[in-house]
Amino acid sequence: MIDTFAFNIPFASIFIMMISAILTPILPKKNRFPEKFSCYAIGTVAILSAYLLYSLSNSGQSLSFNFAMGHFPAPWGNELRAGPLEAVLSLVFCVAMLLSLTGNFDSTAEDIPTNRRQIFCVLVNLLMASLLALTYTNDLFTAYVFIEINTIAACAIVAVKESPETARAALRYLIMSLVGSGLVMISICLLYGLTGHLLMQNMHGAIQVLVTTKNYLLPLTVSLALITVGLAIKSALYPFAFWLPDAHGSSTNSSSAILSGLVLKGHIFILIKVFYRVFGLDVIHLLKMDTVIFILGVSAMVMGSVHAMKQNNIKKMIAWSSVAQVGYIFLGVGLNTVAGVAAACLHIIIHACVKPMLFTAAGGLSSVAGHKKGLHELMGTFYINRWAGMGLITGACSMMGIPAFAGFASKLSLTLSSFESRFMFWALAALATSSVLNALYYVPAVIVVLTHNKKTVSSSMGEYQPSKLYKFSMFVFLILNFYLGLFCVPLLRLITRGVNVL
Amino acid sequence: MNEELKIIWRRFFDWVMGNGPRPENEVIPPEAPPDLPFTRKPKDKYSRFHEPTLRERYNNWLELHGLHIFAILYSAMSILVCVVIVSLLLVTVAELPPFGHERNPANNEVIRRYVEHGGFETGAQNIVAGLILDYRAFDTFGESAVLFTAAVSVLMLLSASRSKNNLSGGGGKRFHSFSHDDAILRNVASLSIPIILMLGCTVVINGHLSPGGGFSGGAILSAALILCANAYGFDHVHSFLNERTFIFSSSTALMIYAMSKGYSFYTGANQIHSIIPKGTIGNILSGGLILPLNICVGLIVACTLYGFYALFSEGEI
Repeated sequence: MIDTFAFNIPFASIFIMMISAILTPILPKKNRFPEKFSCYAIGTVAILSAYLLYSLSNSGQSLSFNFAMGHFPAPWGNELRAGPLEAVLSLVFCVAMLLSLTGNFDSTAEDIPTNRRQIFCVLVNLLMASLLALTYTNDLFTAYVFIEINTIAACAIVAVKESPETARAALRYLIMSLVGSGLVMISICLLYGLTGHLLMQNMHGAIQVLVTTKNYLLPLTVSLALITVGLAIKSALYPFAFWLPDAHGSSTNSSSAILSGLVLKGHIFILIKVFYRVFGLDVIHLLKMDTVIFILGVSAMVMGSVHAMKQNNIKKMIAWSSVAQVGYIFLGVGLNTVAGVAAACLHIIIHACVKPMLFTAAGGLSSVAGHKKGLHELMGTFYINRWAGMGLITGACSMMGIPAFAGFASKLSLTLSSFESRFMFWALAALATSSVLNALYYVPAVIVVLTHNKKTVSSSMGEYQPSKLYKFSMFVFLILNFYLGLFCVPLLRLITRGVNVL
Repeated sequence: MNEELKIIWRRFFDWVMGNGPRPENEVIPPEAPPDLPFTRKPKDKYSRFHEPTLRERYNNWLELHGLHIFAILYSAMSILVCVVIVSLLLVTVAELPPFGHERNPANNEVIRRYVEHGGFETGAQNIVAGLILDYRAFDTFGESAVLFTAAVSVLMLLSASRSKNNLSGGGGKRFHSFSHDDAILRNVASLSIPIILMLGCTVVINGHLSPGGGFSGGAILSAALILCANAYGFDHVHSFLNERTFIFSSSTALMIYAMSKGYSFYTGANQIHSIIPKGTIGNILSGGLILPLNICVGLIVACTLYGFYALFSEGEI
């Protein structure tokens, strides 16, 4: 058994973020206090999650526990659930969020006026609270409520930078995201009508009965399709991903990092929970949703990279690369085995650490080049802001899957898990193609950044010095990257245990 | 004839090689109509005798008709998608368990406990209030937070553009001004606003006793505020509800909700005895936390709805 303190952490971390969000608008604006306050709150939650993870991994047999929200037990009241996977994900989400905020502390100040920055912090806190709630929730309707908070806050942090381009991107994102929410809502209503429950394990039991008696198979299929498509729109699976590059490419750097690294992942994790805890792997296989997810994942891996190759704007290129990486995650989910989902979760974690680093690095490089984002305008910027350059190169190597970098670990585990699947050939072919395609656009970007350009370098050499916070965040990002790339086996083992008890 | 064939062949050859038209290779056939307006030989692609290539023709055509074709295709696809989704959902709904049947899956032990023991366990006569504010209070907290998020986002997006407008074009420009001598509206408003406010407060405060509660009562309260703003002008409402008080009241209400419910969640999960009394069913002071929570939700809803109206019509609160 775990101790009382760790037992209360899921509830406490959601409420700390919520209370921090509610307090932030009435805090004094001076000295960037709201932002520092949010960073401290997120840091506290990160420490709490680390403690939860520690006590869960030392707790012996019972790896997960349920936390009743209130005086009434689960089918009547709300419930949270925490296991190793949830603890790891919330720790990674907190760390990535914290580093995205601290790494872009200066560029946030440049992009957003003071009166908006305070509310930007409120939205970031709400986003973090909703991500934690999505991670921990054991109730499908609670998940929907926090998906709503997530949607509104995510669209608002795109629109927070005032320019016509971001307004357009945010509107597009809002419309697509609301379509996704609507589909999820319809699906939850259908499922409630069919099962009479909103709690995940009770829904699971009722669905098993329905499937064995072959009752209501059509509504069940439709609701599964609707919730999958709804969450796929929100997590930017390929054919539904055209809102992503604008939204992620044109917003301010910290928003891009948060959206790409975290917001997509919250929805993917809810989808994994729906597959595992609500429907069950055999039902998913029976209704053939794993094949659909697999095909869409493969197409995302290829098409995301193809679109990324056409981009000249570095942030849009990285944003399209996110589409390809989301494809990797869905490939793992579509394999429909424990190993496949564990590999997908590992990729969620690794992408959540690498993508914010890439966006932070791209932001650092483009601010050196006078806020230009065209690839050719970044020539030689490595020699001016070496921290950002290191970040870009490491991130690029990681995305390509070079050994010892983080991306290699998840690609390796995806490959290994595809051996036991019937889609082995297609999975291996897609992984190989996508890795080559990744290299085709990341290597030119790295070469451009590394090309010595006398004009840029001589004019601003020594003038530019990244702030200490930027250096620190980039350092932590780099450490995380190499740590995940070299020592991912214990993490993968922990995730596999988490998936097993999911 | 042979010459013409040769010209056509050369054109084809050039097109295949990607050279573009080369007029110097094209001898004008002798049968060419003699009444050409100019005898000048075509020299470059900007000359009027220049024959557009297939690609140029395609581009011109696209420029002329592209938007039109796109609009047609777009509406056709939207109609198709809508028809497919609507028919799919209709078929699904037809397959669902019949509405209100007693053997429906939704008629299970969950509903039975809500209906049979709801009053006793929550202390609320209105089972719905007990359900949303006690059994599933975390969801309602999330819903209030959705409203808060939306209000804060709209405030951020619209109030910043307002400050820009103020800088550029004369301080505090209204998008539309109200005629302040509308006697009928004012008199009716002065009669009805107190009644609407009373009704709203009753619905909020009796939320645990009768149908209603924070969400519906808050909507009624915001109606009174909107009517007040329309009859007397937004400045009148500003005297008691400006941006500061708006943020302060929503934050405080949500904070009270979070704190009290956080205490309740904590004691519930850890099986500690909670100090909150349930009271006797039917009294105004009963239902444990439901009454204060209803007031908080009502405050948030009223502020948010009025805030939306003010922000979208005025650009400020």
